[in-house]
Amino acid sequence: MVGSLWHSVEMSDRSDSIKPPPLPDGLVAVVKEDCPTCVLIVPVLADLADRSSITVITQDNPTFPSDDDWVVHDHDLALSWHHDVITVPTLMEVVGGVPVRQIEGWSREEWQTFTGVDDLGPQIADWRPGCGSLSVDPNRADELAVRFSGSTLTSRRVEIAALEDEWEAMWDRGWSDGLPVVPPTQARVLRMLEGTSRDPDDIVAVVPPDLVECTVEKVAVNAVMAGCRPEYLPVVLAAVEAACTEEFNMHGLLATTMPTGPILIINGPIRREIDMNSGINVLGPGNRANTTIGRALQLVIRNVGGGKPGGIDRATHGSPAKLGLCFPEDEEGSPWESLAESRGFGGDVSTVTLFPGEGPRILFDQISRSPESLTKHLAAGLMANVSPRLALMFETVLVLGPEHMSRYHDAGWSRERFLDALTSELTIEADTIIRGTDGIEEGMPEFLAGETLTKFPPGGIHVVHAGSGAGLFSMTFGGWVAGATGSVTVTKEITR
Amino acid sequence: MNITVLDPTGELRPDARERVPRPESLSGLTVGLLDISKARGNVFLDRVEQRLDELGVKVKRFIKPTFAKPAPVDLRHEIATSCDAVIEALAD
Repeated sequence: MVGSLWHSVEMSDRSDSIKPPPLPDGLVAVVKEDCPTCVLIVPVLADLADRSSITVITQDNPTFPSDDDWVVHDHDLALSWHHDVITVPTLMEVVGGVPVRQIEGWSREEWQTFTGVDDLGPQIADWRPGCGSLSVDPNRADELAVRFSGSTLTSRRVEIAALEDEWEAMWDRGWSDGLPVVPPTQARVLRMLEGTSRDPDDIVAVVPPDLVECTVEKVAVNAVMAGCRPEYLPVVLAAVEAACTEEFNMHGLLATTMPTGPILIINGPIRREIDMNSGINVLGPGNRANTTIGRALQLVIRNVGGGKPGGIDRATHGSPAKLGLCFPEDEEGSPWESLAESRGFGGDVSTVTLFPGEGPRILFDQISRSPESLTKHLAAGLMANVSPRLALMFETVLVLGPEHMSRYHDAGWSRERFLDALTSELTIEADTIIRGTDGIEEGMPEFLAGETLTKFPPGGIHVVHAGSGAGLFSMTFGGWVAGATGSVTVTKEITR
Repeated sequence: MNITVLDPTGELRPDARERVPRPESLSGLTVGLLDISKARGNVFLDRVEQRLDELGVKVKRFIKPTFAKPAPVDLRHEIATSCDAVIEALAD
């Protein structure tokens, strides 16, 4: 039985391109025999047919509640599905084939007000809640969605033979990153698309390297394969958009011989809404959203864009992070503004930031108790990013662990003070890293001799707070070529 | 029961891609040498051309305008219609 549903239900705005079959105009009740409330109100339905005018749409038994011509059998549940009937009985007023108002369940008072007919069902209980409509029965919902809206999907159908193992069949077609993928059946893709209000045929981005126009539907297909839940889809869509911008330069990041890929950092309310993990093992496995969202983006690049390792992806070593790396900031535990706030977004806005980076590396410090000492040590560790002999070319993401953050919080340091102190510790005399100094041929070019450099370009340290409450560690992601000649870090708002 | 899945790719290629069979021998064939315009790719291809010449294989040279972009469709069409096989010089 469905709980108290004594309210008028707002008509939902279904955006399907399929035109729903029209309901008969006038008063319409949708019922099923397998619902005690529907059985209870049989005298009311007969009374309305007699004293007023009503069409009763029955979902199961074609002669329930009678074999009169005011009973219509919704044999394939098309009427119920297309008109979003959730509960039986549902009483509707239909104009032009569509319901303009409706109530659910049985309440004598509400039915009398709704119909304008008094003294309805004097012999039965005053009210009863309804039951679930057959069209939303979990055993049928997927099949109905495919039957009635499957044709709105435009992706090529690929049939896998009964004797074929679907995982092997998908692997053979080159659709996988090497891990198993969830078969993207029509039912699963339709369910995934419930996660966004966007139309399946909306173009999200032009995906490199093949420069293919990628629809919401194609992103949904790959999100299914990656293991995402529908509520993650808006994050994946925003990530695909961000990755395919001119500034982020996904083509270059894919084609590079360096072991880099898009690192996704999530800020704002959606982190909690989709139950992401910003705590223990934040950069590791264990949380479905963390693990699958970054993978979905990588599968879009691989499958839609055609960017595969050994093909356009020319990484010398690559990195396990290229399977997909996505994590949220621990905003609640941080005394500072979030990464997204530092980049100009409000705290109530959900965002994804894409950083072109390597896998993460530890910055270990279990001894420092003063912010000055910790800052010096973090800077020393950051000097090694990519190469201790190179400066200004790469940015970094610095993930401060909560125990390191406590050093700054306890000492009352602001984010700005920390970044000023860190940047000053990251100053390098170019003469110490010019090519050939210290017997090392790699280094900065000679024309910079005599200059003072900073390790990272201005604004090139992206501070994020995440990790568990135990462990005096932080983490850093080395970057790829920063700026207009390479990739610019991009933040995109996530909308549903 | 068969299951039907949705193609996750950009659908630029047939679902089951048919490859031209690899030639058993280069004898009597025309081989295209494509330089993607990255530094010293031409040095590599000069040597390949020299070796193919020694084998009596007919060679045609092609150059992409820039390594940063895919080969223009006309260039790809010209290679496909005038050569039996192609060797592409990548870099790095």
